[in-house]
Order: sequence, then structure tokens, then C-alpha cells
Amino acid sequence: MGGFVARRLLYLLPVLLGVALLTFLIGALLPGDIATTMLGEDATPEALAELRRDLGLDQPLAVRFLGWLGQALQGDLGRSLRTGQSVAGAIAERLPVTIQLVVLAQVVALGLAIPIAIGCAVHAGGRFDRFFSGVAFASLSVPTVMSAILLIWLFAVRLEWLPATGYAPLDEGLAANLAGFAMPALTLGLAEWPALMRVLRTDLIATLQEDFIAMARAKGLRPSRVLLVHALKPSSLTLVTLTGLNVGRLLGGAVIVEQIFALPGIGRLLIGSIYARDLVTLQGTVLFVATAFVFVNMAVDLAYAGLDPRIRRGAR
Amino acid sequence: MRGSTRGSAVVRAETPVAPHPATGVRRARRDWTLRLALAWIGMMTFAAVAGPWLPLPDPNHMDMLDPKAAWSTAHWFGTDAFGRDVLSRLVAGARVSLAVGVLAPLVGLACGTALGMAAGYFRGRLDTVVTGGIDVLLAFPPLVLTLATVAYLGQSATKLTLILGFIFIPAFTRVARAATLTWAQREFVHAAKALGATHLRILLRELLPNVAMPLIAFFLVAVAVTVVAEGAVSFLGLGVPPPQASWGGMIAEGRESLDSAPALAFLPAIVMFVTVLAFNLVGDALRARTDARRSAP
Repeated sequence: MGGFVARRLLYLLPVLLGVALLTFLIGALLPGDIATTMLGEDATPEALAELRRDLGLDQPLAVRFLGWLGQALQGDLGRSLRTGQSVAGAIAERLPVTIQLVVLAQVVALGLAIPIAIGCAVHAGGRFDRFFSGVAFASLSVPTVMSAILLIWLFAVRLEWLPATGYAPLDEGLAANLAGFAMPALTLGLAEWPALMRVLRTDLIATLQEDFIAMARAKGLRPSRVLLVHALKPSSLTLVTLTGLNVGRLLGGAVIVEQIFALPGIGRLLIGSIYARDLVTLQGTVLFVATAFVFVNMAVDLAYAGLDPRIRRGAR
Repeated sequence: MRGSTRGSAVVRAETPVAPHPATGVRRARRDWTLRLALAWIGMMTFAAVAGPWLPLPDPNHMDMLDPKAAWSTAHWFGTDAFGRDVLSRLVAGARVSLAVGVLAPLVGLACGTALGMAAGYFRGRLDTVVTGGIDVLLAFPPLVLTLATVAYLGQSATKLTLILGFIFIPAFTRVARAATLTWAQREFVHAAKALGATHLRILLRELLPNVAMPLIAFFLVAVAVTVVAEGAVSFLGLGVPPPQASWGGMIAEGRESLDSAPALAFLPAIVMFVTVLAFNLVGDALRARTDARRSAP
């Protein structure tokens, strides 16, 4: 196990370096210049040149990259071109919102996926299974914007149960806070459950054909106990992995939902920096999101290897 | 080993397991949905290609005196908040969605096949570099990378196509590499080598025909994903610049009048959903067929 962890960590370094390089190059090589953005289109060439010198933009690319990387490693992602706020500070401020959204979305997704998968696996090929397998397949094709619009129309316009947008921090009361998160979490959960359901259904069907299940049944255990205790646990490895990967992906991938429901999370920070052409914030946020994704993926891989010895011996 | 969990999770999620006994009725029903999906794709393609010559009002013509008009013979699906004909805009949006949706995966397919096949066939250092590059690209959530690049490059259908195409390269590379790895060890490849065939000939004549089927199945799924991605980017106002119609942009505009005319947002959303579903259905059917063929020998 120690060797596996070491190898996995060692491989992380080149990937992270590549991530940093690509993030830097997107900003450095593509047209669109920080100096022009800051001073406006009709700034004099002299003023532009001076600002570029101040910002170090006249230095060779490699020097700029190393300088930027060095600062990023110390947690300094620069300051926003618009507000002057430190980018790392802005990310830290918004991260809790995104994390709460992602966790609630996983609760919704798992709450739908687990019971439906059990129902499908118990009578695989039956009417319930065929119906929900079909629903899951169709759900995979539903664009997030569509489910978001439908939810807003239903809960905010027709029923008037929930605010269409609006975020209330936790200290304004749990009810207000959850009301703001309800539709965004539901939107994401509706997008996530089909994949989880299909994975768990597959694994459950395989587990239910194992000898130890037949054994448990033969011992006369209640069918519900066999299902929930004996079968569910060994079947949930892939489910746990996929949920972990989803969390990592959604740290930056909840962009659309955060934007639609005006949740002040990482995704909204990213979109806002694009609208405002705030290239420093954009670069810092992208670097953070990609790095977080790499780390979460590695953590999931390690956890999976810890649970399943076949992985770390390279049997798969 | 690296990324093995991710790979297996995804593959398992997508492969239909516990095969149902395909009774006649059920197979007929499946063929029927497949035919409907193909018909819808045909209809959308026709709308996208023939759109400008169809007898429809100009999609960008505003009629401020007739905003949010009800469905009528003059405006089949009514008009939007600016009095523009909704059907015309849906047709114009199909042009954007399908052009981006098909061309971007083609870019990814072409580059990814070349890279993946070369990596899977030659192995060695090339393979290490390619897989490493893929892992770096896959570290970025696709939408984040798309949006960040759009922010620098600027908005246009062409740029969006190239960006999305570039983002698809890792996925296609993986599929091509995996398929090449399994086929490269087969007897007919060794036979071709023994006969003195060049690498290029082996890659193009022996391997490509076998690698092509899984790639085409994945291509159709990629079209579905791209249509959604284009919709999301346009919804955020970062896709094709207005007033040009796009489904995502129409949903964003329609959102403003959800209380008075919800159809303005629902119609493009439903059209987008059915299109995505159709491509997924056809891709899934194709994949099921290729899987069956592979397990046969």
C-alpha cells in the first residue's frame, strides 16, 4: 500500500505542473492583454508599456511562468483587476457555498439512486427495472439548463414555494439557507442520479448472484436484511468512487447552476471574472479548480485502493 | 493503473448489464424508438441545412408590436419577447447547435484517433507523453476550460467549435488508444508485420477499420454532449453573439418571461433535450452492436 501511495503521489507532480503550465499559457498566449483590459482600449502606448513593465509582462514567458508559479505555491494567486481583492481570499470566501451545494446535490442524487437501484436490482428485467432504467437513460440527456428552468417554473412561478434565486448565509437561519439551496441542489441531483443508479444496479445484480447471498438466504434471513446488509455494502464500492469523483468535478462544474440560481460560489466567481474580463481572477480560479479536482481524484483513487486490494496490486 | 478507477466507473456506468432476454416485443419497441430517434435527427439536419431556404420569417426580424404572440398560422410557435418568430429561431438555432455539435467532435475524433492509435501502436515514450498530456487536460472540468478559453479568444461559432473540439481530444484519444491496444496484439497484425507492411499501412489498413466502430459510437455520444455544452455556453451568453439565434440563448431569453410565456423557454429546451436523447439512443444502439460483435469470436 505504501508503495502504491508513493507512486500515486509521485505521478501527481508532473500532472500538477502540466495543469499550472496550461492555465498560465491560456492567459499568456491567447489574445487579450491584461494591460489593455486595465487601462481600456484608448490608453496611450506609453502608459500601456509602463503598466506592462510594472506587471512584469515584458519579461520572457518562462520567467513570468516561474514567478507566477512561485507565488501560486505560496498561496498568492494575485489580486483581482476589478476589485483589488486577493484572488485566494475570494476563493476562500466562496468555497463553502460551493461545497454545501455539492454535498446537498450528492444527498439528493444518492437519495434517488440507492432506493431505485435496489428496486431495479431485486427484479432485474422486471417492469420496475425497465421503467426506471429507461427514465435514467432519458435523464442522462436532460440538459441542466432545462431541469433548472422547469424547477424554477414549477416551484417559484406556479407554486410560489421557493425563491427563484437568492442565497442566505447560514447565520440568517437554516430554513432560509436551505430554501436558497433547494432548487440548485435538486437540479444537480437530478443530473447526477442516473449514473449512480446504473452503477449501483449493475453491481447489486452481480452481488446478488454470489454464493454468500444464497448462503444468507438459505440461513433464513429476512430478504430485506440480505439486501440491505449483505448485498448493499459490497456493491457500493463503485458507487462511492463515482460519488467522490462527482464531488471533485462539481467543485468547478457547478458553474451553470450557480449562475442560474445566483449562488455566490466558485462557479459564479469564474463566470463573473469572464464577464468582467478580470483575467487574474479567472486564471487563479481555473488553477484552483483544476488542482482541487486532481487532489480529490487522487484521494478517491487511494480510498478505492485501500478498500479493494486488487487495485493496488495492479490486478485491474 | 492510473485513472483505472475512473475508467472502470465510467465504462461500467455506460455498459448495459444484466442483459434482458430480448423478447420479440421488446426488440420491436427498441427498433421503434431507434427509428424515431433517426427520424428526429434527420428532421433537425434538414432544418439546419435547408433553414435559410424554408418559407419562414426572418429569425432576427423584430416586431415590437407583436411580442409574445400566441401560436397562430402566421407564427406557428408564436413570437418571443422581441416579436421574433419562434419557429424561425428554433430552425436557426438548429443550424448553430448541429454545426457546432457535429464539427467539434469531428475535430476531436480526427486528432484523438491519430494520437490514440499512434500511442497504442508504438507505445514507449510517445505513449507516456500522450497519456500524460491527456491526464493534464482531463484535470480541467470541461466547461471551465471551455469558458476560460472563450473568455480569451472571443465569441464566435467557429472559435467555439475549435475549443470544444480541442477539449474532446483526450476522450477520443483514450478510446482510440484502448481499442488499438487490444487489436495490435492480434494475429492478423503480426501477419501483416511479417509480410513487411509499413507501420502506416498497418495502422490504416489493419487497425483503423477495427478501431473505427467504437470511435463512431463514441462520436455520436460526443455530439450529444457537445449540443448540451453549446447550449450551456450560449445560455451564459458566451456562445454565438446575439442576435443570432441559438437554443441556449433562447432558453436564457425565455427565462425572463417564465411567468407570462413559459413556452419561450420550454420549446428550445425540449428541442435540445430530444436532440440530445436521439443522438444518445443511436450511439447506445451502435455501441451495443459493436460490443456484441467483439464478444462473438
